[in-house]
Amino acid sequence: MMRCLTFVKAINEALVQAMEIDKSVICYGLGVDDPKGIFGTTLGLKEKFGEHRVFDMPTSENAMTGIAIGASLNGIRPVMSHQRLDFFLLAMDQLVNNAAKWHYMFGGQSFVPITIRLIIGRGWGQGPTHSQSLQAWFAHIPGLKVVMPTTPADAKGLLLSSIFDNNPVIYIEHRWLHNLEGDVPDGDFRIPLGKAKKLRNGNDISIVSMSYMTIEALHAVEILEKQGISCDLVDLCSLKPIDLAMVFGSVRKTGRLLALDTGPGTASIAGEVIARVSMECFGNLKQAPQRLAIPDFPTPTSPSLTKVFYKRAEDIVRVVGNMLRKNFQEGILGNLRNCSHDVPGAWFKGPF
Amino acid sequence: MCSQKKNFTIGIELLRRMIKIRLTEETIAERYSEWKMRCPTHLCIGQEAVAAAVGLALRKDDFMMSTHRAHGHYLGKGGDLNKMLAEIYGKATGCSAGRGGSMHLIDKKVGFMGSTSIVGGTIPVGVGLGLSIKLREKDQVSCIFFGDAAIEEGVFYESVNFAVLKKLPVLFICENNLYSVYSPLKVRQPAGRKIYQMVQAMGCPSDQGDGNNAMEVYQKVSSAVAFIRKGEGPCFFEFLTYRWREHCGPNFDNNIGYRTEEEYLSWKDKDPICSLESHLLEQFPVSRKEIEEMQNSIHLEIKKAFEFAENSHFPQPQEATTNLYAGELT
Ligand SMILES: Cc1ncc(C[n+]2csc(CCOP(=O)(O)OP(=O)(O)O)c2C)c(N)n1
Ligand SMILES: [Mg+2]
Repeated sequence: MMRCLTFVKAINEALVQAMEIDKSVICYGLGVDDPKGIFGTTLGLKEKFGEHRVFDMPTSENAMTGIAIGASLNGIRPVMSHQRLDFFLLAMDQLVNNAAKWHYMFGGQSFVPITIRLIIGRGWGQGPTHSQSLQAWFAHIPGLKVVMPTTPADAKGLLLSSIFDNNPVIYIEHRWLHNLEGDVPDGDFRIPLGKAKKLRNGNDISIVSMSYMTIEALHAVEILEKQGISCDLVDLCSLKPIDLAMVFGSVRKTGRLLALDTGPGTASIAGEVIARVSMECFGNLKQAPQRLAIPDFPTPTSPSLTKVFYKRAEDIVRVVGNMLRKNFQEGILGNLRNCSHDVPGAWFKGPF
Repeated sequence: MCSQKKNFTIGIELLRRMIKIRLTEETIAERYSEWKMRCPTHLCIGQEAVAAAVGLALRKDDFMMSTHRAHGHYLGKGGDLNKMLAEIYGKATGCSAGRGGSMHLIDKKVGFMGSTSIVGGTIPVGVGLGLSIKLREKDQVSCIFFGDAAIEEGVFYESVNFAVLKKLPVLFICENNLYSVYSPLKVRQPAGRKIYQMVQAMGCPSDQGDGNNAMEVYQKVSSAVAFIRKGEGPCFFEFLTYRWREHCGPNFDNNIGYRTEEEYLSWKDKDPICSLESHLLEQFPVSRKEIEEMQNSIHLEIKKAFEFAENSHFPQPQEATTNLYAGELT
């Protein structure tokens, strides 16, 4: 049965179901059992499953990641939650030097089934240390899987699959998706890791996107549609493994590629998409692929500095227009948003 | 100067700094809902004594590093109020040119070398400043502020170890306000263990004090600073105190269940500013009227600083892509 849930509620449901299905699933992280419950995603878990399986932790990200690894070697499936990706950077040692390679470097004898939830902040002055979109870092490390759901259904389906995958999975949420509503299947609903989703079918250009940028892309595709441009929109969902088959299929059809990214452009997932398309579909390309990502700069804090820093639907429309040599009239964007550029919607009241 | 007179001067200066911090924070809280200060903001109302006393015990050329909750530390060290508020408003005139916001303050003119938001992140940086002081053979002190949660990070131990090993001129100040966001100490650290005793066992002279007693903090820190300046190595203090408002943002949140109204009220009874005021009124030739006058003039200064911040212009959006590398041609 489908119900309309928010992204937050969908994550909460996936966590509850994972813990019901398998007693070895545990859930910890700073504030998982506090009154806010990681933006609502972990609310009620401790009451349901007890303090042995759901607990707060010391501010010790690196050790607690290593501890998750150790527990997982003996049959526990830890899910760690971090309110910001930036805070997790302290744990890169345990993640990269241990978790990612444990299975491989001991000849496949052990495995590390841990799930690490990371949240990317944006807007309201999240600034240089609360908004980093470093998915490419994780995707770069052999042995890690990386997912970035966009819709509430994907949030649930990918989280359940991540938790029951036998490898370390980095599960990245965008804070601006938390309040998004959508239909979510009930029950043990899983989406296989490594599969992208075609969100719109079109013939003129392929737009390959991820996470929150896909929401901007959906707006852009709608505007472009009215201008007679039909876009093929691929939402990657998984960044590692990455569903290149769907990307190639799309580009072979349209002959054009615009790759979007929530992070800085250099060495990004969007760059990887363009590289692979150039290698495999060179003959199908009618023109050079384009990329839209944030600049290779730390995120500034001032709302005035984030105005052009982040890329939005209007930027996508502009780039697609340039690629197709269309001169759009003023005003085709209509009334895109009814709130300031630095908040996801009127529901967001700051500060975090 | 006889010590009674000296204590009076110190007491008045502590009070001035604390009132300035309190009134600034309260004005931020009052005006946050105008939605013009668009960044996460961690207020230190209730914790002013440590910030003011440590700032006063240090020299202007001593270094200071701080955390996400830095407004008090910055002002206590003599940081520029106009520039701090302009930074929180995201203006070009802000102390970090609008790039950093409330969590990333700097005022190098008074040795405030930077505050950042990643828990524990500035501790080794402060120790590095200590190393530089030693290498340059100066008698400065590098002071590092952090909360009770920061001592849960591995980098804290690594940093203390190195500071002790090399006898670096570092002053570690842990403001223990019993919470990290909504998490009480008891879910993060073993009951009964004292932070300062643990650090003492690492070979760093350590002490604990009442963080709501500005005079006590000042005395303790002053003698430690003298010790550090002589080249005797680092010192560590744990000061007990309490944040009155929510972890991040302008509101009170005793109603949401992670702590009790009674606990808050018991700490409010120990208001560091009221305590110092009564102490001064009892012990020294100062009248309530004089204190009120001081308050009024600080009020005026803060009002002007808010005007400065509000009237300053925003940085140009294109300026987000400058200053990435030092020495870049502009
Ligand atoms: C490495 C890291 N983990 C988690 C956070 C989220 N966080 C921000 S402030 C804070 C509380 C820190 O508590 P404490 O050190 O006691 O300082 P206080 O807020 O009480 O002043 C936390 C956990 C962070 N900023 N950095
Ligand atoms: Mg604390």
